[in-house]
Amino acid sequence: MKIKQFMKKLWNHPYFFLFPYAFLFFLIILLPTIVSAVLSLTYFNTIERPRFISFKNFVNLFTADNVFLQNAIANTFAYAVIVGSLGYIFSFILAWLLAQVTPKIRTLYTLCIYSPSITGGIMMTIVWKVMFSGDQAGYLNHLLLELGLIKEPIQFLQNPDLLFPIVIVIGLWSSAGLGFLAMLAGLLNVDRSIYEAAYIDGIKNRFQEIFYITIPSMKPQMLFGAVMAIVGAFNVSGIATSLSGGTTPPQYSGWLIMDHALDYGFNRYEMGYASAITVVLFIIVIIFNRISYKLFGSND
Amino acid sequence: MNTMFNPKKFHKSQIKFHLILIPLALFMSLPIIYIVNDAFKPFTELFHYPPRFFVRKPTFENFRLLYTFSAESGIPMSRYLFNSVFVSIIVVVLTVFISTISAFALSKFKFKGHKVLFKINTYALMFVPIAVSIPRYLILTKLGIFNTYFAHIIPMLAMPVGLFLVKQFMDQVPDELLEAAVMDGASNWQIYAKIMFPLIKSAIVTVAFLAFQQSWMSTEASNIFVDLEALRTLPFYLSTLSQQTGNIVASRGISAAGWLLMFLPNLFIFVFLQSRVMESMANSGIK
Repeated sequence: MKIKQFMKKLWNHPYFFLFPYAFLFFLIILLPTIVSAVLSLTYFNTIERPRFISFKNFVNLFTADNVFLQNAIANTFAYAVIVGSLGYIFSFILAWLLAQVTPKIRTLYTLCIYSPSITGGIMMTIVWKVMFSGDQAGYLNHLLLELGLIKEPIQFLQNPDLLFPIVIVIGLWSSAGLGFLAMLAGLLNVDRSIYEAAYIDGIKNRFQEIFYITIPSMKPQMLFGAVMAIVGAFNVSGIATSLSGGTTPPQYSGWLIMDHALDYGFNRYEMGYASAITVVLFIIVIIFNRISYKLFGSND
Repeated sequence: MNTMFNPKKFHKSQIKFHLILIPLALFMSLPIIYIVNDAFKPFTELFHYPPRFFVRKPTFENFRLLYTFSAESGIPMSRYLFNSVFVSIIVVVLTVFISTISAFALSKFKFKGHKVLFKINTYALMFVPIAVSIPRYLILTKLGIFNTYFAHIIPMLAMPVGLFLVKQFMDQVPDELLEAAVMDGASNWQIYAKIMFPLIKSAIVTVAFLAFQQSWMSTEASNIFVDLEALRTLPFYLSTLSQQTGNIVASRGISAAGWLLMFLPNLFIFVFLQSRVMESMANSGIK
């Protein structure tokens, strides 16, 4: 009888409801993060046991790895700043424009704008490869030839100076994701009476309205949107490689931190070194998030 | 009066917004318009010079080729499709269940640590999944589920944004609704199933929507967590299609057809569920 009662209590305890999620959270989010941090201090080739080498991976990373310093880090920063912030600003502007039109047509526009973000970068490369194809049958080359702007087709995807900008364009294209939906929902739910009061108080135009009323009243959604924009800007790899073909893009153009990490992890089996690379990425992501919490978070 | 947010009726002052939105929306949907056209283009039009964007004589040839083409490579397309559908359904059902029960606990019970746990989850929103694919691979291998369906499913199940959205939504449900049931002697599971679950339909739909999008298009597990071809999913197969033939033009129509098949479920889901999703996204703010 005691056991039965105990089981019933356990079965109904809040911790029991929480357990499956907490367990999975530990298994696939927390534990991997810890493993990364630990492995980053080791030499580990997956065959022998990891060997502790202190901060040697990080020292090598920042003193001897030219591709990491000149390409991966620099590109990732450029990509995150451009795609993260511009994508975020575009998302807000698009959401604001959408909030000004009637619901049915808004749904249609929203679908058009949101859909690239569902399809994901890798799938998109199928499209972009043809759009930017290097021969005269590529759509963009053909258009430019027709218009007489160029005489010879441009090797968009093999030219290191052009490949990275194309990677950024693809990133921007698919940046109106969940954060965009959140901001749109936030905009639509700003209390109408606040606007009315503000106009009585002397707000003159729509720009003042946006900065003094709209954004402050949807700060929580702005923060959610910012966090999603940051995650979206760093959760990327393989775009440049699949656009250009081969194992690495020409002159490591568009090569991002995660490309570098996955290359070391799964092509060279230097898992310790690869983990050190991801630890650097974690730190960068946290810094970017701190900034957005400073901008939009409530002060507690 | 200048405030026109969320207008119910058309007014000519809205025309200026349409003038900006129409070209933007068209521009954003270019890749999809392109895919639809390419998927139905016959061989001659795919190779045609000068290239034509729009299809002239639509055919289902590419869809047929997609099917036979993959049959030749040993694993029929139906296998990839089955894997994708199977994995996505399991992920959606389990994610909804796991997120809603834990959100229920965090939202409606004042136990020790409920605030801290939710805060941890909120910080986990900034988690970048791709950064842990190496340790995840090591952990899945250690657990002995490398090369199983579990390797597709388990990494998808803890979705911080899902728990976050459901919990925020549940906070809007007044406690009084639950208290009556507690008085009647209902157990927590009965309250969850009979009262809470029907009240949070929008949040459930949203979690399902997000879980589906994540798993349906994911190639990570097929790339890293399994190496048996028979266990790989459709998006992975489509992404390797151009490399398999070595010739992008030959496989262009076929991948467009496959990609269109992948996109359609997303399209329908968005069209049918978007009003529910928008309703629950209104509670998405991080305070």
